[in-house]
Amino acid sequence: MRDVAIVSFAQHSQRREDTRNEVEMLIPVIREALEPIGLTSQDMGFTVSGSTDYLAGQAFAFVQALDAVGPWPPISESHVEMDGAFALYEAWVRLQSGDIDTALVYSFGKSSPGDVARVLALQLEPYLLGPLWPDAVSLAALQARALLDSGKATEKDLARVVSRSRKNAQANPYAQLKGDIDEAALLDEPLYADPLRKHDVPPVSDGAAVLILAAGDRARELSSNPVWIRGIDHRIDIQSPGSRDLTVSPSTTLAAKKAGVPKDPDIAELHAPFSSQELILIEALGLDETRTSINPSGGALAANAVMVAGLQRFGEAFNRINKGDARNAVVHATSGPCLQQNLVAVLEGSN
Amino acid sequence: MSEPVTGITTPIRMEYRYTPGRTTSDFLKAMKGGRMEGRRCPSCRKVYFPARGGCSMCGREFAETVPIKETGTLATFAVVNVNFANRVIDLPYVTAEVVFDGADTTTMVLLRGVSPEEVRMGMRVKAHWIPKEEWDYSLANIDYVEPIDEPDAEYDSYKDLV
Amino acid sequence: MSGKLAAVLGTGQTKHVSARKDVSIAGLVREAADRALADAQLEWKDIDAVVVGKAPDMFEGVMMPELYLAEALGALGKPMFRVHTAGSVGGSTAVVASHLVQGGIHERVLTVAFEKQSESNAMWALSIRIPFSQPLVAGAGGYFAPIVRGYIRKSGAPLDTGYKVVLKDRLNALKNPFAHVHDHEITYEKIAESPLLWDPIRYAETCPSSDGAAAMVIGSEAAAAKQDRPVAWIHGTSVKSEPTMGAGRDRVNPHAGRMCAQEVYKEAGITDPFRQIDCAEIYVPFSWFEPMWMENLGFAEEGTGWKMVQDGTTSLTGEMPINMSGGVLSTNPIGASGMIRFLEAANQVRGMAGEHQVPDAKVAMGHAYGGGSQFFAMWVVGSEKPTS
Ligand SMILES: [Zn+2]
Repeated sequence: MRDVAIVSFAQHSQRREDTRNEVEMLIPVIREALEPIGLTSQDMGFTVSGSTDYLAGQAFAFVQALDAVGPWPPISESHVEMDGAFALYEAWVRLQSGDIDTALVYSFGKSSPGDVARVLALQLEPYLLGPLWPDAVSLAALQARALLDSGKATEKDLARVVSRSRKNAQANPYAQLKGDIDEAALLDEPLYADPLRKHDVPPVSDGAAVLILAAGDRARELSSNPVWIRGIDHRIDIQSPGSRDLTVSPSTTLAAKKAGVPKDPDIAELHAPFSSQELILIEALGLDETRTSINPSGGALAANAVMVAGLQRFGEAFNRINKGDARNAVVHATSGPCLQQNLVAVLEGSN
Repeated sequence: MSEPVTGITTPIRMEYRYTPGRTTSDFLKAMKGGRMEGRRCPSCRKVYFPARGGCSMCGREFAETVPIKETGTLATFAVVNVNFANRVIDLPYVTAEVVFDGADTTTMVLLRGVSPEEVRMGMRVKAHWIPKEEWDYSLANIDYVEPIDEPDAEYDSYKDLV
Repeated sequence: MSGKLAAVLGTGQTKHVSARKDVSIAGLVREAADRALADAQLEWKDIDAVVVGKAPDMFEGVMMPELYLAEALGALGKPMFRVHTAGSVGGSTAVVASHLVQGGIHERVLTVAFEKQSESNAMWALSIRIPFSQPLVAGAGGYFAPIVRGYIRKSGAPLDTGYKVVLKDRLNALKNPFAHVHDHEITYEKIAESPLLWDPIRYAETCPSSDGAAAMVIGSEAAAAKQDRPVAWIHGTSVKSEPTMGAGRDRVNPHAGRMCAQEVYKEAGITDPFRQIDCAEIYVPFSWFEPMWMENLGFAEEGTGWKMVQDGTTSLTGEMPINMSGGVLSTNPIGASGMIRFLEAANQVRGMAGEHQVPDAKVAMGHAYGGGSQFFAMWVVGSEKPTS
């Protein structure tokens, strides 16, 4: 495999964005990602984005977003109807062919225009399950209930995850929810979708993220500490929540094995929109919370721009490794109800 | 054997609150006040009407507001003889792509005041607004364009916008 | 050729019709995938990854339907990927699948594209009224008719050029058992007399709305070596995009289409596309796009593409057969339409196109476009391994 690295990352602050539209959110972020490495979008060998029409409530929503790149003269470009992390995967694959050296990956999502929990219900099998409209929060609550009933976790564990997220997010200027909140205070909060409390559920965030990838020597030219993608893989499980054990994530475990997740990486950026899901992922990835810093950015509980939150995990891990705060990281992104589809990557610094 | 189920109806109702964005908001405010405003790209200097989030050729935010005239040139058109569920206009009608004077882009508007057989590329037209009391934050304040008594524009002057 | 060698090992498609009431979405895609596997003489366990493409999710009313389709497409425990690049998606999906093999990630990738428009209302999905957008949209025809008028003005083409394209494609479709429109009574006169929906486009000059799916298995050089049946070697692929509403963009002869063609020819070692390519399946949803794309693809000089229609060059027995299968004008399951072009090109060079086979086709092109003529995907396939 050809060595591919992340050489730059920029993001839009992950909060509700009432004045800018998607193009206006992306234009400055794309510029912010390109300027430090002295390149323009025209220098990119490939451009690929991730987003979904249903979030924006219009067909072909990604078409207008492409304006932000300024694709003129025309560029080699593609789009996935998936989280931006999968767009990054496509860029990584494209770079393997060897004829190009750089790629721009972007992702945007405004969760605020519609009712995002109901919008996500449209992902369900449309004949038997979909018409019942089980929203994303209710499905996650079912999963959390299964987890608690299995004895693998307690409500206190959920509170611990949230407390850690809020505390870590205090150092993240882009995060939406942050604060020095202890577990006891969290457990005093009322139930929202039993057994989940409001804080176990992600906030409604709007966001955009941009990463630049480069291969081999080109990456070394562009960055003094490129962050190498040492392994990347994604797998999918059956969708029907009634047909699988919701307390485990076999697709995450398989993807981690294929990606070659090392023992005790310095940090883990996990795309777990619900606190219960973070616990499932930690187990699936074989992580030890005492040896790996879990979601130092605050994770998706602190900011969850749908379709961006996965790609953002790459960016957050990149920032820490690039600055020298960590040597390596495991990065994870998810899609579909109850952690149905999962992508796992291993990142490592040069120094 | 009973009849197979060949379909079920599951109505989907979703509500969205759209954000027009900064540039479009300013554009719509101008429309509400009866003014046609374009935006100039700081890089390629082209003027967009209606305004968008940015210049899609350059990936740049717009800098400058440019007044657009109510007169323009019909670059190309279609005569429509079919109606869609959500739109009822007397058939046939003409959709015109008009380059309003001062703009470097075309705007799709309805053309009235001329029979479809007489419509031609290069015709000079003028915007006809809906009554002032009905003006809203909308491009639809321009009800249609109609021909004006001016010689047709030279083909070369608009052929790049066809 | 970039990366490692890759080839189409097998193809499959459904019989395209206006409404497949007898199958679910899963049943539809499974049918095409099963046929592709059967054609490749492979089993589900031989597939390493699945790449799905389709046009807007609102066409069926299911968001990211590949999540639910993972089960029907044998993707459980495997990588499952979803592409969406507007109308070009069927083509760009095949390109993504090719890269998974060319990049050395997988040995055999199943790629599937579909649309089941009867499940929802595509026309509705295309005309959701966004409060502040341009109010006047009369469907795809309303968008493309003024561009066609622009082409007629620029080229001086006779007005019946479009009729001749339709007549050719609908007659070709009679030789393709999978085509949607099988009109045995079609004549030039009937086309010329059909209603002018979006003047200058007549009803007969527009594509149908179809339910359908297409699938291909793309494999590595080693995987191809194990095949008994002929394979189609991928000589070149390219995707190119440009902005929809850019000031000064040429919509009649889009720059992105020209660039995409140049790139795919370069990769395939083609210097004279008209001579070196034996036949092509190109995305023609409205009749006039055939002459327009002949020029855009460099098969004809600018302003002369219509002559190749008028003199029969693009007919099944002509010098440069175009849309031997009947094309998009005869079959249009939107998200699959691009992949059907790529698939038909592959079948031609495999010598497996059936009644609409171009004798001795060695090199063929598949082409797809989407959006407001701004997204392009192309590939060139050949019966022999690429040498360049
Ligand atoms: Zn510009």
